[in-house]
Amino acid sequence: MRAGETSAANAIETALERATEIEDLHAFLSLREERARREAAEVDRRIAAGDGSALPLAGVPVAVKDNIAVAGGPTTCGSRLLEPYVSPFDATAIARLREAGAIVIGKTNLDEFAMGSSTENSAFGPSRNPHDPTRVPGGSSGGSVVAVATGCVPVALGSETGGSVRQPAAFCGTVGVKPTYGRVSRYGLVAFGSSLDQIGTVGTTVEDAALALSVIAGSDPHDATSAPEPVGDLSAGLDDTDPAGIRIGWPAEYFGEGLDPAILAACEAARDRLAEAGAEIVEVSLPHSPYGIAVYYTVAIAEASSNLARYDGVRYGLRAQSSELSSMYLKTRAAFGAELKRRIMLGTYVLSAGYYDAFYGKGTAVRARIRADFEAAFERVDAILTPTTPTPAFPIGEKAEDPLAMYLNDIYTVSANLAGIPAISLPWGRTPARPDRPALPIGIQLMGPDFAERRLFEIARFLEREAPSA
Amino acid sequence: MTVSPEDVRHIARLARLELTDEEVEQFRRELSTILAYVEKLEELEAGSAAEPERPDQPLREDTLAEWPDVVPLHEAAPDFEAGFFRVPRVIE
Repeated sequence: MRAGETSAANAIETALERATEIEDLHAFLSLREERARREAAEVDRRIAAGDGSALPLAGVPVAVKDNIAVAGGPTTCGSRLLEPYVSPFDATAIARLREAGAIVIGKTNLDEFAMGSSTENSAFGPSRNPHDPTRVPGGSSGGSVVAVATGCVPVALGSETGGSVRQPAAFCGTVGVKPTYGRVSRYGLVAFGSSLDQIGTVGTTVEDAALALSVIAGSDPHDATSAPEPVGDLSAGLDDTDPAGIRIGWPAEYFGEGLDPAILAACEAARDRLAEAGAEIVEVSLPHSPYGIAVYYTVAIAEASSNLARYDGVRYGLRAQSSELSSMYLKTRAAFGAELKRRIMLGTYVLSAGYYDAFYGKGTAVRARIRADFEAAFERVDAILTPTTPTPAFPIGEKAEDPLAMYLNDIYTVSANLAGIPAISLPWGRTPARPDRPALPIGIQLMGPDFAERRLFEIARFLEREAPSA
Repeated sequence: MTVSPEDVRHIARLARLELTDEEVEQFRRELSTILAYVEKLEELEAGSAAEPERPDQPLREDTLAEWPDVVPLHEAAPDFEAGFFRVPRVIE
């Protein structure tokens, strides 16, 4: 584009057309057609004026999960509560994308307030998996992943609290990145679990996801939890990696009961490719990871019930009319969907008098052990290789009546959030077709120590070249 | 872990959620199941695992800065008038 072979205007038109073609998959909640066209024209003017080299993402169309604020448009969080809301400001990640010349073409579907693993909890209806529209795309960042998987945009932003970028990336055959806690500013990301939340990138390729992360990462005065560590270039020269001597951890705890045999085989094939290229495979133990979901459902829901207390109909969003204040709260909050009510109830329960130590206190203590397991493992290895999900994409409706089964879908992803470490999911072929399900994408996961994103991208890029096509 | 209908109603009051009788029964059942799963944490012996160590978070200077345009913030409110968020009467 900077070479003048195509224009930002063309790129945006193509992306908007594609967004219309894939309407049935319900990736987008809103499109920014006119604004995106105006911004594309501005980028083209800057390129013509010789300013293109300052724009690493010049004219690149980007899709953004609808819990990240983009000024002047909606940020619904997939909820009736925020349906009337218009964002008065840009999230820092969005401001940085704009400075780099990227153009947000639309806001994507998600489970209500990012709570879910399928997008079925969106108040506006589920998104669908492009590889089999009767199946979920995963969640909660399902819409962003579908927009990438269908070729509508090369990169998208999602958010993670327990696997919400990596799990849908695995289900739809894209790359999905959960950066280190604090790597990306959360200013303008609607809060869910504040000790866990992190904005992540979705990409067609490892390089795309890495480039987008390079742009949005870094400290920000608007977010006191953003990390001061320098970002560096996360995407240049990834092809030059030689896996010889890299130490890859293989944790037995992630390959037990409940793992689909095709996903196990994919992980073993990736491990063998690395070994053949000279990497050292090391057995490591993460004995507390199997408790990850139990810990998550104390810590994350407690934080969620606190964060969601602000939706009271006073300062923004929906208000149900009532002549009396307390009933106004009740009637306004009745607009939360079933999963939101469930998590608010659970969170309030675990924080309530008499239960705090048994649940939240215990959860926090086990969380520290999960982190300590990783610290011990990273003394011996550079990265850990695991499945991203225990199964491929499941049919829409299959787990809707069984919240615990839905939660267990995140069993391999949630520990990275609890430990605060970076992780990436990348596609590795497909499951064999069976009478009850077509061939579906498989995701494999790499986890690394704090701020080791660059190293994860290098290993992931090597594996991407070796992987069977998705 | 057994959660009673009274527990559910008490929690709903704390969380400012209004539940139908069907929802009370549904949440009683679901909360019991999920909390029973969470109780697997009890398998682990109590230990002195410390909170995860986090790098120091430098505090920024506490300086006043003007928000560029407050009107959209006011417009985001369901009912805003003359510098105030309006709510239904609180005191009789």
